[in-house]
Amino acid sequence: MHNYTIAELTQGLKKGDFSSEELTKSFLQRIKKYDPELNSFITVSEDHALAQARTADELIAKGNGSILTGIPFAQKDIFCTNGIKTTCGSKMLDNFIAPYDATVIHNFNQAGSVMLGKTNMDEFAMGSSNETSFYGGVKNPWDILTVPGGSSGGSAAAVAARLAPAATGTDTGGSIRQPAALCGLTGVKPTYGRVSRYGMIAFASSLDQAGTFTQTAEDSALMLNVMSGFDEKDSTSVDKEVPDYTANLNQDLKGLKIGLPKEYFGEGLNADVAKIVEEAIAEYKKMGAEIIDISLPNSHLSVPAYYVIAPAECSSNLSRFDGVRFGYRCEDPKDLEDMYKRSRGEGFGEEVKRRIMIGAYVLSAGYYDAYYLKAQKIRHLISDDFKAAFEKVDVIMGPTSPEVAFKAGEKTDDPVSMYLSDIYTIATNLAGLPGMSVPCGFSNKMPVGLQIIGNYFDESRLLNVAHQYQQTTDWHQQMPEAFK
Amino acid sequence: MSLDKNDVEKIAHLARIAIVEEDVPGYAESLSSILKLVEQMNAVDTDNVTPMAHPHAAFQRLREDVVTEENQREHFQKISSNVEKGLYLVPKVLD
Repeated sequence: MHNYTIAELTQGLKKGDFSSEELTKSFLQRIKKYDPELNSFITVSEDHALAQARTADELIAKGNGSILTGIPFAQKDIFCTNGIKTTCGSKMLDNFIAPYDATVIHNFNQAGSVMLGKTNMDEFAMGSSNETSFYGGVKNPWDILTVPGGSSGGSAAAVAARLAPAATGTDTGGSIRQPAALCGLTGVKPTYGRVSRYGMIAFASSLDQAGTFTQTAEDSALMLNVMSGFDEKDSTSVDKEVPDYTANLNQDLKGLKIGLPKEYFGEGLNADVAKIVEEAIAEYKKMGAEIIDISLPNSHLSVPAYYVIAPAECSSNLSRFDGVRFGYRCEDPKDLEDMYKRSRGEGFGEEVKRRIMIGAYVLSAGYYDAYYLKAQKIRHLISDDFKAAFEKVDVIMGPTSPEVAFKAGEKTDDPVSMYLSDIYTIATNLAGLPGMSVPCGFSNKMPVGLQIIGNYFDESRLLNVAHQYQQTTDWHQQMPEAFK
Repeated sequence: MSLDKNDVEKIAHLARIAIVEEDVPGYAESLSSILKLVEQMNAVDTDNVTPMAHPHAAFQRLREDVVTEENQREHFQKISSNVEKGLYLVPKVLD
């Protein structure tokens, strides 16, 4: 049953083909068998999962279950879970047991879902390969010498190897879409503000957004129905009604206007990846969509602007980790400042320190206008590019990542080359738009992702566009041989 | 902008991060390369562009001025090993 989608598992539970306890045990078994090699989980919450499964079985037996009742999920270790360790992939939080649940976790609990455990990730979600985790890198199930992408690499690897039917992730600059592409999964980053950030450890607050890793677009719709919605505990949560994301899945795509930005098919894009993405777009043409060439002229500025804005926000957000109230504290501090400095120096990894320092620098007196204000202005230009494009088209398509999964260690010595692996995903976060990645083929046996970007709060359309493609192709059903 | 050893030490102090002496040159190099990437922004004229801080036209949501949080001091302090009489302990600030 490890290959079933959420939709299929829900049916099986309802019909009594298997219980949630059996289902949960079978995934825990797979985790025990395969995860020592993959390292996709930081914490496996076996007892908690089995207790949740038994409760779910009672609900289902009484006829009180909802669609996600009894379904096991893997949760990214960035979401606070009451009583269960939440590390954010950092030594800083290696001893942190959250005293409350994130709203996302609360919503899954309310739905009667089961949490298998907490997945590995780049430290504080800063990375594109999962190699900055204090708990070690994660292997890509398609080729264990390569990375799964990041920062939600553990969630992506766990679902790709079917150690969980689905998982959550967060996406600040591509951290759901890029690993989804590299691991052959459907990954959705909703509109900024759609899913509550409460209890989701903050990296860059104006960019962070939670989303999903699933086999199918339909499963993403089922998860987003539970995850989305207004939350007064998150000051940037948007008070807007959540539609049923499954309602439009079956709409046909005749007349759909797809914009292809020329900037997403230029220099730096692997030729084979380009060819595969173009074939996917040709498939859409067959389904009746109209292909329109567009331009997002400021695309090349998205990575530079992002690496001012995200570090600036992170330097502010991560100032809370000072060794005083929770988290790592250095041994024998000689005074308060020594305690702050050494707790942070010893508790944070290299990439996190680098980003905090860049942030402190661009916000410091004398440099604010030249860097931070400038980046915010560029952000406006990038957002305006999308606004103009969406006057002409319904969705925008292109590659998710310029290349397939790269070898572990290949980019760790060169932060800038690592940053460029998010070149096609970052602009979406700066604008706050929803985006997703859909499996669309293989290059040298490694998965390639098609990126679909939508207008604000147009998740229903994105999911419809992805679902229709998944009715005529089977890329999303492929799974790595070694984990079958 | 290329950063030298002194710049890195100053920034590390601003960020309250202790950096081991031998790591300073490495940070100087990587931070400089990031700033070089970032400075591609300078090629664009943004004089008449308004800065964008947030994806949606955000405003601060207000609510009634009533107590919404209950006191959970003991619950929150349970995860700290440096607590005494409801207070967090830190090195002495005053002699």
